[in-house]
Formats: sequence, structure tokens, C-alpha cells
Amino acid sequence: MTNIKPNPSSRKSDPNRRQVLAGSAAVVAVSALGLPVGAQTTTTPAASGAFASLGVPHIRRDGAEKARGGAKFAAEYSYPGMVYGALVYSTIARGTITSLEAAEAEAAPGVVLVMTHENAPRLERPEPFYSSPTGMAGSSTPVMQDAEVLWNGQPVAVVLASTQEEADHAATLINVAYEESDAVTSFDVAAESAQTSFYAGRNLLIEEGDAEAALADAEVSVDLSFNTPAHNHNQIEPHAVTVLWQDGILRMHDCSQGVDLSAITIAKVFGISPAEVHLSAEYVGGGFGGKTVWQYHILAAAASQLADRPVRMALTREGVFRICGARAPTRQRVALGSNREGRLTSLIHTGTTMKIENNSMTEPFFEQSEHMYRADNMHLEIRAGTMDMLANTFMRAPGAATGTFTLEVALDELAERLAIDPIELRVRNEPDVNPTTGRKHSQRALIDAYREGARRFGWVPRSGERQGYREGEWQVGTGMAAAYYPYKRFPGGAARITLNGEGGALIETAAADMGMGTTTATAAVASERLGIPYEAIEVRHGDNTLPGALIAAASQQTAAIGASLTAAHEVLLAELVSLVPATSPLHGLPAAELGTAEGALYSLADPQQRIPLVDLVALSESGTVSAEGQGGPISEWTQDWSMHSTGAVFTEVRVNSVTGEIRVPRITAIYDCGKILNSKLAESQFRGGIIMALGMTLMEGASFDERNGRVMNPSFGSYYMPTHLDVPHIDVGWTDIPDPQAPTGARGIGEIGMSGPAAAISNAIYDATGKRARDLPIRLDALM
Amino acid sequence: MNPLTYEKATSSTDALERHDGDTAKFLGAGTNLVDLMREGIATPTRLIDVTSLAQSIEEQSDGGLRIGAGVSNTAVAEDATVRAQYPALSRAILAGASAQIRNMATVGGNILQRTRCSYFYDVAGSRCNKRTPGEGCDAIGGFNRAHGILGVSDSCIATHPSDMSVALSLYDAVINVESEQGTRSISINDFYVLPGDTPDIENQLNPGELIVSVDLPAPSANRRATYRKVRDRASYAFALVSVAGSLIIEDGLVVDAGISIGGVAPKPWRATEAEAAIVGSPPTEEVFRNAAQIALADATTQPGNVFKPELAQRVIVAVLQDLAGDAQ
Repeated sequence: MTNIKPNPSSRKSDPNRRQVLAGSAAVVAVSALGLPVGAQTTTTPAASGAFASLGVPHIRRDGAEKARGGAKFAAEYSYPGMVYGALVYSTIARGTITSLEAAEAEAAPGVVLVMTHENAPRLERPEPFYSSPTGMAGSSTPVMQDAEVLWNGQPVAVVLASTQEEADHAATLINVAYEESDAVTSFDVAAESAQTSFYAGRNLLIEEGDAEAALADAEVSVDLSFNTPAHNHNQIEPHAVTVLWQDGILRMHDCSQGVDLSAITIAKVFGISPAEVHLSAEYVGGGFGGKTVWQYHILAAAASQLADRPVRMALTREGVFRICGARAPTRQRVALGSNREGRLTSLIHTGTTMKIENNSMTEPFFEQSEHMYRADNMHLEIRAGTMDMLANTFMRAPGAATGTFTLEVALDELAERLAIDPIELRVRNEPDVNPTTGRKHSQRALIDAYREGARRFGWVPRSGERQGYREGEWQVGTGMAAAYYPYKRFPGGAARITLNGEGGALIETAAADMGMGTTTATAAVASERLGIPYEAIEVRHGDNTLPGALIAAASQQTAAIGASLTAAHEVLLAELVSLVPATSPLHGLPAAELGTAEGALYSLADPQQRIPLVDLVALSESGTVSAEGQGGPISEWTQDWSMHSTGAVFTEVRVNSVTGEIRVPRITAIYDCGKILNSKLAESQFRGGIIMALGMTLMEGASFDERNGRVMNPSFGSYYMPTHLDVPHIDVGWTDIPDPQAPTGARGIGEIGMSGPAAAISNAIYDATGKRARDLPIRLDALM
Repeated sequence: MNPLTYEKATSSTDALERHDGDTAKFLGAGTNLVDLMREGIATPTRLIDVTSLAQSIEEQSDGGLRIGAGVSNTAVAEDATVRAQYPALSRAILAGASAQIRNMATVGGNILQRTRCSYFYDVAGSRCNKRTPGEGCDAIGGFNRAHGILGVSDSCIATHPSDMSVALSLYDAVINVESEQGTRSISINDFYVLPGDTPDIENQLNPGELIVSVDLPAPSANRRATYRKVRDRASYAFALVSVAGSLIIEDGLVVDAGISIGGVAPKPWRATEAEAAIVGSPPTEEVFRNAAQIALADATTQPGNVFKPELAQRVIVAVLQDLAGDAQ
């Protein structure tokens, strides 16, 4: 409990504010050294906190440029002779193009090129995720190579014209005729032939003991069905790319979450070397798993090649819905059996989701059920059917977003039957070691999160009875749920550190900043590692010519950068050793006995022995000292430890007894994600995830018309997400206990906010109304 | 490109002279028309901007109010007389769209806005009898949560999306139009035309006719009125169901009742039979329930909107009970 830190920037009226801030500062001082967390001592110079950067709420480095409009996004680059692209999308789910009349479009004002499968350059199929270590595409579907149509919305023609308006208009003049063939656009039909699927290199089937028999024998049990719809990505920046072929290089200004992998994937499509693709994405207006390689990149580059003109291709919002995939629909079963004391004897989490033939992306919705609770018998299985639809893909907290909804609602229903408080039920099933792998937890303080969340929210313990009450027309209730997201670190991390003569450093890494503050966090981590003031650290990122092949995905990029900086720092120490003058007391000491702090190289054994870094840099021939390192083996999570972030989410819900309208006036969430590197960025990430989850719970859903596979709400006007008025004050906090196995002590925070609120809201709705809501989105007609 | 001219009218006479046929359109704030043009649903060749015309709200000698067609939605909602004497109108406007859109949108444009049926908007991929008469309606059998349950037909189940018009319907507002043939006045409750076999025809306006103002009859003493809107999120969403209601209660009996329902029909749905069933009765829940049932008796639903008749009845009862207040 003592490790819990209240939210340092909670409302100003908070009487504990002063105390809170003091608490944060104290923590900073303790961890203020660029050594692996857990190995630090308090005798080194940096312990003064003079260079403390981790945990400090630095403002976002990109914030001012964005506020001023100075930040250049992919669709804001211009080149002489540049033309604008527009796409024509198919209107059938499956079939063959029988004719494509483009003469009128070709003759339209400003039109430079109409590209179709008949004149497009021959291209390789893109490598989708999991088909190779570098695959970054949503699917392996050929890009405008033949007359086949595989989904409703597939691009069938590209128009290039002198202005966007001319291109858009000409696109409407193209007449396409199709011969339709039988398409599978019904979940029910596709589910009939669904097979046990696989994801990220493993089968989605885990069986321990006989879960069905244990369920049948259980003293208390629940057996529940859930539905969740398909979702669409709606980043504030619609996907866009500006393309130029110049001097043998394919130059792309993109909005990628992983510039290196995007460049490699695109290079392979065009049969060129990755070195012949220069792809950058300095600013990205939101990613959430959707800013990967989709057809628009390839079509823009192909059309640019054909027309020999630079091309800007900025998708409309409808275009994003038609050709950039997102979360697949699911139907899930969660069955829990327990003894009378609430100890789980059976945990069954199975179900069906949808994918396409040309991808390997099965929504992994049982992952939290592997790791959250101990159960004597388990059956976890995901079956996937294939549909003729746009490729599904990652969307914030893949699997866990809907998987925690179903599991945590089921736990609430079990707690009710057991007449045990929902928190107490979870505590009784808290595992000592990972329930399926048997590995030790690297760090886990979920019970602390429950307790602190309950205290801050004012949770009233219950034993089976509802606590809800009525206020006029409104039925008011409270609910809670656990949050979950795994720690991951992908291979490919690398960074280069270059010390300059002024006491500063340049950090270069091909990492992406989708708006979450990568450069800010990287500068803070580098400041810690190097012992150089935060302000003197410059960060370059988002360009595939920089070191590394990083991807901002799975909440793991910060860990990958941290590991890369640690490695680069070790190389840097070796470089600095070679510059130590013979007259120095440090002369002759190996790199392993040296560190950097407070702008100096110093002896770990005798911290008073030191040489300022600027003096060493001055001795170098080039006037700079540079070192590159690659993040080491990733065995901490793949082999050695159970590393998972968790949290506790509490909500108050009001349901109108006349109309069924649902309002969520209050949310408290406490997370156990290891060390929090920057409280300001962390709050924003957590709150953003919670708001997105609020939308998923109460309003989001693609209107996928099963008659023809067409999405019927491809706009902000009809695809509902929360407005300001839907979003309450959200109180977030964290345990802030460094994970000794994570490179910076931090496990990642980008996605966990997305898990938890859906179940907490559904459970609160039950508390308010006595009605269980097991299908998303939960809308008023379900509660009337 | 679709070339078009833009011109700003200096007076209603000037606007009418400039309007030279089917391909000309009067332009208000464009909060709907410009969307329709972008989607290729409306393809005018001549836009005649009438937003600078008819900018006043004036009290009439008979005690009523005349609101110029060019007055912004915000200006109407904030007008002191409207707020005091026609509170359901103010509330209805404030329940619609967003503050930014309300600041731009005009009264005339609001009345003439078109349905937000997603099949109507999907020019490339869906059939719509309103857009292309006779080709079929993909909303039937498709996603129709937002669609109508009263006054709809086999060829169209779209709803009229306006909040403001529902309140205008409650107050028996009169729409004043001008054309080169002269002026005429049409009650808003007669203005909209049900779809039948011709859902492309939505109202009584002839080509070249211009809405110049809306008249609100003199307010009735002791009349209580309000507007309640139900939607899928707290803001910036069209009504699933909305109700503008009013009551005058004297000596424990209802002497006048008004019910207009939004979100359920191709027009603001004035429930006159339900109103008649209340008048002369005490303002009891039972009376209101009976009236609500009458109001929705002819409802026909789609799979996506089966909840609407029940929801509409509940909202009618709640609104009337709220209005009856202590008199119950």
C-alpha cells in the first residue's frame, strides 16, 4: 500500500496535492540513476536528483509544434510536379471486374493517370504480419494485380490529377461492372467452418485438466455468452502518404507506426532493396495498431512510378473505413466453476472470431484468461472463420479489449452467486505464479491496486446483493473489473548515442511517435542513462535510415528503446575509455567499472574520481563521440519471467429508467505497470485508453451489412465515439513499482486503459438495474 | 468537376430573380447542402446565398413572433422571447447538432435539411428511392436503428432529422414562402409530404420558392411546454426519439395538449388523436399512457428499431407527467 502514489495532477482542489507532489519528488530521487533499476545504490553522484528525469512530468516535446500547426504530417509534404491521388472502391464483396470504363475520367480536367489492374506495374504480394519477421502489411492480398474483388471497398482504380478536387471528381466518372460470385459475409455462415486458430506463432488452444467436467461438478458456476462487433480505426489523422521516386530511391512521407518494417515490406512489393526505400514519419496523428502497410501506400508508389510524378495520397475518412482494417467481431463463451469459497475449479474461455483468407490475424481474446487467475482446470480456445471482408488487424489492446470484458463480467456474475465481494473473489484467485506457464511474476501488485482503487473510489463491499439506488428517473450503480495487458519487447531495437562538444547528446532511433510522447520519454530515459540534462538531449526518430527496426505496438516500444539505450551506453563507455588521458585517475579502468552521471565519466568504485564528458569529447578526432547498440535478447518475457501489467477499474453508472440511456459520471483506475516514466504522458495514455474503452462499451461498432459486406457508417457522423459530454472526470493512479526485469523498470502503458472499463461499466449497469449486459455496444434499448 | 457559380442575394426579390430553374439552389449555411454536394447527391450549378436575408426576430401585433429564415439556430435558441414564451423551441434547437453548427445553421436550412439515412448517403454502393426513384431501398433489411416507424412506406423508411422542426410543429408554426408568383403560408404540419411511392418529394415547396420566415402563433397563457430528446450519446447525435409536449391545465383538467414526436417519421409527427384523448381529462399517468398508445398505434417497425414504439410512448408519458407536475 505504501507504494501507491496518488495522481500527481489530480484536481487542484485536492487537499493532498502538496503532499502528493512531495511524494513524487522523493521517488524520483531514489531512482535517479542510469543503472538498471534494482541494482542502484545511493552513493553515486546522480542520487542528488540533479539529472533526474524518469518520473518527471515533462511536457511533450512535440506539443508546441503541433499547437502552432508547425508539425508536418504525411499529407503536408509537397514536391514540384506533385499530383493528388483518389481511389475508386469496389461495391461488391466478391467477384470479378468485367469492365472498367475510364475514358471519361482520363479526359477529365487535370487528370494525369488512371491506374487499374490492367496497367498497374507487376508487384509482389505484400508480406502480412507473422508471415515473416518484417511483415508489416494488413494482408497478402495482391494489390491491383488482377480483376478479382475480395472485399466490398477494395480499391479498383487510382486517379491522379493536378488537384485533389479534380482527382476526386474524376474518380466518380469511372464505371465498373462486376460479375459477382458467392461471398461469405455472414458471421453465422462463416462460423460453421471456423477452425481452432493461431496467433503470433502459437495455437490458440490451452487445455489443463478437464474443464468441462470440473464445470459440471462445480459447487457454483456461471456459463455465459457474449457478442462484440467489428470496430473501425478512427485516428484523428486519416492515413496518408506522399511519395517520390528520385535518384533510385523511393521516398515516402508516411504515418507509420514502424518505419523500418513498413519500408522493408514496401521494398519487397516493388522488388527493390530496403536501402532503396527512404520512409519517414516524424509526426503521426494516432496509430492504435492501424498505421501499418495498407494498399494506399503501394497504390500511391505504383501510380507515382507509372506517371513519373510525385504523388500525395490522403485517404478520406470513408477511405480509412474501406481499406484500413481494425478489430474483428467476436462471440465468446466464458464459463467459471468454483467451490463455495470462490476458488476457481474451472475456467473456460472459448469462442469464435473472423479473419480473412490472406492474413493470420486472429483476435486473441483469451490472453488475459491465461494469466490473471489460478484455476484448477482450464479450456481456452479461439476458433476463426474466414469472411470476405476487409482484412482485420490490431486495434488498441488486441484480444484484451474484448477478452477482459467477457471474463470480468463473468467473474462479477460468479461473485454475485457466491455472495462474495467482487474484489475479494479476485483476491482469492490471485495466482502466486503464472497460472499457465508456472513462471514467477517479475513484479505484480494487483491486490494493492484493488485496495487503493477501492479506497479512492469509495467502493462499498457487497456480498451478492446489489448496492444500486435510485435518484429520480436515474438508477445508479457501481461496478469494478480488473485490467490486463502483457509486457512485451520485440527484437530489432537499436539506438545511436552521439555526444557533442557542448555537453549534450543526440539520440537516434527508428522509433515511431504516434502522439503518445515517444521523443519525450526517450529523452528522459537517455538523460537517466547518460547523466546528461534532459534539455540537452535531442531525439531523432521516425525515419528508417536511423538505427533499429522498432515498432510502436503492443505497448512495448519504450522497453525496446530502453534496452537499446542501455546497450548503446555500454558501447559508449568503451569509446570513452579509449579517450581517457594517461594522467587521469580513471586511466586503465575497464568500461565495466565506469559510469556516466552529472555530465561526467566516473569510477563506480570511487564516484569522486571523474572526468567531464565535454573534456573527453574534446579529445576525440571528430569532436563527437558516437556509439550504437542493439537491444539484447528478449528472454525476460519469452522464457524467464511472467511479465504482465494489471489494474483495477471502478465505475459509477447511471441508467435512466424511462429511456435506458446510460451515463458514466465517474471512473477510477489504478494500474500496476512497473515504473511510470512520465506522469503527464502516463495519465494521458491511461485516460485516452479509458475513453476509447468507454466508446467501445457504449457506442462503437461497424455497421457491417451482412447482405453485401459493406460498412454502412464510414464517417464520424454515423460511427459514434464519445463526445466531451460523454466523458467524465477520470481519476487515474499507479503503483509505480519498478519491474526489475524491464529495461527501464516500465512495462508499457499504451493499451491497458482499453481493458477493464467495459466490464466495470457492464457490472455497474447490473448493480444499477439488475440487468446483465453481455453484448457490445450496450445501448439504451438493451436496458429499457 | 461540377462547375457552379456562387452569388449572394441582396433581397428575397433578388434571390428569386436569380433562381433560374432546377439546377439552382438557395444556400443557407450549407451545413447540410454542402455535405450533399460533396457526396454527389446534390449537384447544383448555381448557388444563391440567402444567409444575409431575413435576419430578424420580430414580435407581431397579434402577439406572435416572426423569425426570419436567415436567423441562425443559436440566435433563435437564445432569444429572450423564444426562451420565455416558446421554451420547447429553444430546448429543441439546443439539443441538436453542435454549438458550431448551430451558430452557422439557419432556420430555413434546418427545416429543409434532408435525412441522414446512411443508404441515402452511399451513392456508390447502395440503392435509395429518395436519391434515385424506383431503384429500391437498402435501408429496409439493413441498418435501420435510426429509421422511421410512422408515416413510412415500402419505398422509404427515412426520418426527418430536425429537432427544431419538432418544436415548430408543436407550436403550429407557419412557414412563409415567396416565389415570383407571390407569397403563401403553409402550416409546418402540412409542409412535409409523406414518402408514399415518391420519397424524392419531401415537402410542398415548388422549385424556385424560398422560405422567408416562420411565424409562431401568439403564446397561450398557462401553457407549459418542453422538449426531450433521446439518443445514442450525450451530444452530437440525431434523435432516436424526441418529444415536444405541451399542456394547459385548468381546474384539474387538461384543456389543451400538444404532442409532436421526432426521430420516428419522415416529418415531425404531430399526434393529434393522442392530444384529443387527453383534453378534458385529468392529467393522470393513466390518461397519458392511453394517449401515448394512441400516438403509436399505427407504428410499423424494422428489426433495427423495434424498441422505438415503446421508447416513444415512455418519453411521451414522461414529458407529459413532467409538464403536469403538481397538477397531477
